[in-house]
Amino acid sequence: MATDIVSAFATAFGLIVGLDPTFLAVVALSLKVTLSALVLAAVAGLPLGALLGITRFPGRGATIVVVNTLMGLPPVVAGLVLYLLLSRSGPLGGFGLLFTPGAMIAAQTLLILPIVVALTRQTTEDLWGEYGEHLRSIGLTGARAVPTLLWDGRFALTTALLAGFGRASAEVGAVLIVGGNIAGHTRTMTTTIALETSKGDLALALGLGIALVGLTLAINAVAFSAGRIAARHVG
Amino acid sequence: MRDLPSILPLRFEGVGLALGGRELVTDLDLVVERGETTVLLGPNGAGKSLLLRLAHGLVTPSRGRITWAAGQETVADRRRHAMVFQKPVMLRRSVHANLTHALAAAGFGWRRRRARAAETLDHFRLTHLAGRPARALSGGEQQRLAIARAWALDPELLFLDEPTSQLDPAATRAIEELLFGLKAEGRTLVMASHDLGQARRLAGRIVFMSGGRIIEHAGAKNFFESPRTIEAAKFLAGELL
Repeated sequence: MATDIVSAFATAFGLIVGLDPTFLAVVALSLKVTLSALVLAAVAGLPLGALLGITRFPGRGATIVVVNTLMGLPPVVAGLVLYLLLSRSGPLGGFGLLFTPGAMIAAQTLLILPIVVALTRQTTEDLWGEYGEHLRSIGLTGARAVPTLLWDGRFALTTALLAGFGRASAEVGAVLIVGGNIAGHTRTMTTTIALETSKGDLALALGLGIALVGLTLAINAVAFSAGRIAARHVG
Repeated sequence: MRDLPSILPLRFEGVGLALGGRELVTDLDLVVERGETTVLLGPNGAGKSLLLRLAHGLVTPSRGRITWAAGQETVADRRRHAMVFQKPVMLRRSVHANLTHALAAAGFGWRRRRARAAETLDHFRLTHLAGRPARALSGGEQQRLAIARAWALDPELLFLDEPTSQLDPAATRAIEELLFGLKAEGRTLVMASHDLGQARRLAGRIVFMSGGRIIEHAGAKNFFESPRTIEAAKFLAGELL
């Protein structure tokens, strides 16, 4: 076991420093899929979450419960639903997305959208409690108040997006189902780890795992530092 | 101040508000004329802040009518009346950005926004703080900025909800000087206050409220020298209502 761990670190080091093309392709695809899903979830989820935070309508409480519940949506269930939609006989089969990176992006977007919506709802609702009367006083109500709330809540919302990034980058079930784990085409870091583990190549699996954790750590560290510095400047 | 047709008088006719089956304010009848400084006096829970919110359109009355000049129910140009709150609401931005945000919301273009913000900072002696985070200012500076932000929109009528209640005497005096300046510019002020001394210094008219009703509405001199109601006399004598 100890030999495996030492070997894993050596493999990870070799993959990263040696700029192994296969390794880089897997990392690049993983980042492309996850960051695309994050951008899509942010574009849709930030305004949706803000509107949910500041508007009052019948069924709002039930909507919040559903969104909160969807934060825990099992990836394999999301993958299965999307598989049924995208399969040749499914309603979206005509797009030919199944077993493509596009399908993987859709799956990850589905998984992180509820996280972005729920955390944005909470942040903007708190901010609206503080800003509401002033914004209404200067005529910013409903959707017109959303840009102000998103901008002023940007540091808290960065955490929401990082939570989404974490969920997407660590996810394996959904992308495995809709992506098919095809080498050189839809193979990501997590699906490679799953595959190599099942083949018994623990060193490569662990090496990729270390690289994945390192990457996530680096992104979080950069976001945290940028947030702290910026927060100090705006109070 | 812009030379535009006045939005005043502001008229309350039998205005009431009930929430959850509870009457918060009842039978409010009041006229605010152009150029007046009206101070709303009364104990906590009298309905002073609610009256300001009803007038500013932040709360919709359950009964009665609130009208503006020529009996209009709304003011077409929203920025003709502005409000300053008891606890200044400071956006998580710089002093300058707090001003430009309000100006952008009022429809000022980029160039006019910058010019008006610079003029406002200068007028309120805030230029040296322009780049500072607004939330890092002292309480007095924040209230100064809140009044400056309202002034930047050039309102004819300004509602002020106990703007000095959280300030020390020096900061209170500085804010009162600003309010004297606003009066001198011909702006109409309606202000809630607990401070009898402040009411004596600033008010032209007094609206005395208690239990959600207007108990007395009179010229400031008459009110302080010869209150017509027992409640007002007790309040002026410092007795608990």
